[in-house]
Amino acid sequence: MRNVYLDHQAATPVLPEVFDAMRPYFTEHYGNASSLHQHGLKVRDALKTARRQMADLIHAESEEEIFFTSDGTESANLAIKGVAYANERKGKHLVVAATEHPSVINSVEFLEKQGWTCTRVPVDPEGRLDLAALKAAITPQTVLVAVHHVNHDIGTIQPIREVGIACAERGVPLYVDCEASAGWLPIDVQEFGAALVSFSPHRFYGPKGVGVLYRNKRARIVSILHGGVQEGGRRAGTENIPAIVGSGVAAQIALRELPARQAHVAALQARLWKGLESTIPFIKLNGPRPGPERAPNNLNISTEFIEGEGQLLLCDLSGIAVASGSSCVSKSLKISHVLAAIGLDHALAQGNLILTLGKDNSVEDVDYVVETFSRIVQKLRTMSPMWDEFERGQIDSVIAPRGHGKSFSQHAADISGKAAH
Amino acid sequence: MSDTYTLYNPTVMDHFMNPRNMGDLKDADGVGEVGAAACGDIMKISLKIREGRIEDARFKTFGCGSAIASSSMATELIKGRTIEEALNFTNQEVVQALGGLPPVKIHCSVLAEEALKAALEDYVKRHPEHAQVAAGAEPVTA
Repeated sequence: MRNVYLDHQAATPVLPEVFDAMRPYFTEHYGNASSLHQHGLKVRDALKTARRQMADLIHAESEEEIFFTSDGTESANLAIKGVAYANERKGKHLVVAATEHPSVINSVEFLEKQGWTCTRVPVDPEGRLDLAALKAAITPQTVLVAVHHVNHDIGTIQPIREVGIACAERGVPLYVDCEASAGWLPIDVQEFGAALVSFSPHRFYGPKGVGVLYRNKRARIVSILHGGVQEGGRRAGTENIPAIVGSGVAAQIALRELPARQAHVAALQARLWKGLESTIPFIKLNGPRPGPERAPNNLNISTEFIEGEGQLLLCDLSGIAVASGSSCVSKSLKISHVLAAIGLDHALAQGNLILTLGKDNSVEDVDYVVETFSRIVQKLRTMSPMWDEFERGQIDSVIAPRGHGKSFSQHAADISGKAAH
Repeated sequence: MSDTYTLYNPTVMDHFMNPRNMGDLKDADGVGEVGAAACGDIMKISLKIREGRIEDARFKTFGCGSAIASSSMATELIKGRTIEEALNFTNQEVVQALGGLPPVKIHCSVLAEEALKAALEDYVKRHPEHAQVAAGAEPVTA
């Protein structure tokens, strides 16, 4: 059986060069970067090199603007809470896109319970931020604006330069979550006008256990982890040296290979969507079409009349690893908040799959996925009462309405006695 | 498959991959279709009833792996039972027969119970002579 990994947004394999670079830092160069002897000084030097490699990937002016954390979630928590607490006396208002990652949204919710207020800026049906609404949301009390570069679910690329200009005009720092774009799209923090940027090496062939937070020197931030004075006093805790060293190498290779990786996954993305769209009736792409407004490695699809977890499980049994934003997959039984924010019909959100390509995927992989997935869809539709009811004209399609039958949502509400959420 | 990890236990996976009694029944005596408000899943159970006994059962499900497995198992369990017995059927039986479900998926088995009871209600509506049996049983809870 062919194995096709299409969940590069969740994790990527560590490159052999990266692993080789890490190995001596477990066994030979095991010093703590805070130590003042040879062992400590040796790893301190390695830490500096990795910082430089990270700075280069995002075109930061100085490596001193790079902080290492444990992962993207910690970076987002530090960016949001660190800036909010540092600027408490200036104001207690935040502005974020409605489709931010949960680590951003939930950090904001935490602050809201402590007296901060937050404006969530809406997005259009393809996930593009409403720039006018963002500008209107900024007040003299606003201490931070947070907008992601690429959406983690639907791959929408946000107009970050315009957001950066709007923030600069009002003198408000901008935090850009680049978790879904770093290593796959060029990032220039200076062009972005970003005060803070976060990304994670495990998304571009580095190890897990490291997050990166860029902080422009002018942006005020306080630590949210209290202990020693590592990372310039902004992030206490012993540095994960092997993972940081490996991450630096992963960043260096990502920068070098970025144009090739980008072109490779973009071609596969176009082929995969074209294949799915032409083979499977009643399938919808969520987010912008493949092109300049969409990350080159992401496809987010909704297949009508069937549910996402069943699709995911049958894909997995056929060697295809994918993710889903269906409520059945989430532990909270709620559909992805991104799909809700773009106003996707509940029936389509339930049938959702997220596919993220990587540099090792091939044309053969893509063709196998199209062929296998169309069989999976047929199998699940045979089992679905919705498909049968659609064919008999009792319910209508959301994707391509035929003009007879009630909507899926209406039908679901009628038989469950409650409206679908 | 020994080196393959699965989200559910082997029994649940088996009923998901090779569902029993999937489909519709021509000239069904009772059909029940219910939706789960919690997650949006939909389940439909059709019954063939002869002399007060469930002769055959079929299901169709729009839902996750455990919802499909729950409806497959429920239809297996109720075949051959009297209406009275079927009216006392609970989701616990499905969970037990499946060897357990993750806590967040228990509601899938509840949906199977509800679909079965909706099908029985439909049958009783069409055959009022059985209303007595239904009234004697535990009330149908949604």
